[in-house]
Amino acid sequence: MNWRAIKAIVRRDLLAVVRSKGVMLPLILVPIVLMIIMPAAMGRFGPAMTEIPGANVPDVAQLLEIMPESMLAQYERYNTDQLLIIFTLVYMFAPMFLIMPLMVASVVAADSFAGEKERNTLEALIYTPTTDLELFTGKVLSAWVPALLVSLVGFVLYGLTVNISAWPTMQEIFFPNATWLVLVFWVAPGAAGLGLGATVLVSSRVNSFQEANQIAGVVVLPIVILVIAQASGVMYLSLALTVVLGIVIWLIAIALLWVGVRTFRRSEIIARH
Amino acid sequence: MEKPPAIVANGLTRRFGDLTAVDSLDLEVRAGEVLGFLGHNGAGKTTTVRLLNGVLTATAGSARVLGLDPAVDGAELRRRTGVLTETPSVDERLTASENLNIYAELYGVSENTIHKRVAGLLDMFQLADRANDRVSGFSRGMKQRLALARALLHQPELLFLDEPTSGLDPVSTRQVHTLIRELSRNGGHTVFLCTHNLEEAQRLCDRVAVLEQGRVVALGTPTELAHNLGQGVRLELETAPGSVAAALEVLAAFRDARDVSQTDGHPRLTLALPVRDNIPQLVSNLVAADVPLYRITPQEPTLEDVYFALHENKES
Repeated sequence: MNWRAIKAIVRRDLLAVVRSKGVMLPLILVPIVLMIIMPAAMGRFGPAMTEIPGANVPDVAQLLEIMPESMLAQYERYNTDQLLIIFTLVYMFAPMFLIMPLMVASVVAADSFAGEKERNTLEALIYTPTTDLELFTGKVLSAWVPALLVSLVGFVLYGLTVNISAWPTMQEIFFPNATWLVLVFWVAPGAAGLGLGATVLVSSRVNSFQEANQIAGVVVLPIVILVIAQASGVMYLSLALTVVLGIVIWLIAIALLWVGVRTFRRSEIIARH
Repeated sequence: MEKPPAIVANGLTRRFGDLTAVDSLDLEVRAGEVLGFLGHNGAGKTTTVRLLNGVLTATAGSARVLGLDPAVDGAELRRRTGVLTETPSVDERLTASENLNIYAELYGVSENTIHKRVAGLLDMFQLADRANDRVSGFSRGMKQRLALARALLHQPELLFLDEPTSGLDPVSTRQVHTLIRELSRNGGHTVFLCTHNLEEAQRLCDRVAVLEQGRVVALGTPTELAHNLGQGVRLELETAPGSVAAALEVLAAFRDARDVSQTDGHPRLTLALPVRDNIPQLVSNLVAADVPLYRITPQEPTLEDVYFALHENKES
């Protein structure tokens, strides 16, 4: 493998991403909303909002009823307000965190694979002395690396936001727990792989960044299901479940990328170009 | 010792569904020559370049380029070839300098020469003062010059230039022509020049290949092609104003003279002869008839004459 060429492809694609407002806007806005604004509002005003009639805040009593015994035991020492904070900021937000690696990988991959066709810059790259595998690796890394970086930065910001904003209620540093560490360092890289694997496959069939981005956006659906499942008490992201979730996500991501690498042939791409 | 040919293609064929873009193409390009690859849009020029660089696989036939099989050693081959694609294909979000630096890395130019090489090319193509500007603000001609600079970054032995002067102003066009000549004559590079521009091909190419519907229908120098087509030689002669009628009489009596015509109001006549060897006899006849000759000029057929004659032959 020619790693110098791979690094050059990553540098080229990342420079192109950083200089595009259309690509950068969601990459900046989504983490700010998901990891700062929403948790800050919940951490600071969540307990008070339960007093407002009609406010869309989970009913803690109901949640406690459906919460498994083993999990309840962990949180015996907390009062109702504190439990609300823990339930929302530790459990409900966990699947939402996964939106970041998925979205970043998907947006960058859509720009790198489909957007390149749209900008007519693919042909020059195809004439370089790189193998198909090197080209593919470069393009995959250029989406995967920023997805991991944004996730890490998002995690740090989220940790600071929730601990600071919920301090008046919690009076202690309650975040992160072991589940979140698994989520960040095991599940999130897999989610990034899943997002980019899906986008690579979609990008081979479409010719524009927008099309690829919209179709590949479907991969966010399982996250929505996770959020609903937790809110309705069907399941909770316990440590064991998070590890299993990671395994499932990694397996799907590897399968998608395996299909991607097998179908990424410059001769096929140029024939369709 | 003669160098081995830069390109040898045997029966090279590429089909896309029912369409045959390149059809049993046989071609030999000599090392160090500038070969003009002529053909109208859709004739198969770009597909041929792709096949010869191993970025597209052939449906049938084979090729050796710089001694390598493009289908097997594509990456190794592309290290030694440079390609200017039909559209400049430069990254508009990057600066001119970034475009060249990144491609220098991709082409494996050694770290310690990249800076000097990039600066030299930016200078050569008059882009040095815009080196740090994003390409999105460049004119079509500037993008074309940048793409040309990129094709030369790794000093390739074999250059494929697809319409290199398209979109360039006359000054830049002349610079590119000079560059191509220098690359070939002084640098020993082989240049495969795809063009519609017959004047450009006539001026730059050692030989031309004419492509029609994916097949090479003619290959040689413009003169050879004219000879093969039986085009003969055209002559222009100038006599005294009072001797035009006598000259026309001699020409009418000369069995091999064809297409005789007079330039309006001038004592100048043009005609066609089957071969150059007819000229001495014609001159002798004119002199014997006391027709004064001020000038007699054989006109070599232009590439344009040949190209259209080939096209007409095919139509008929």
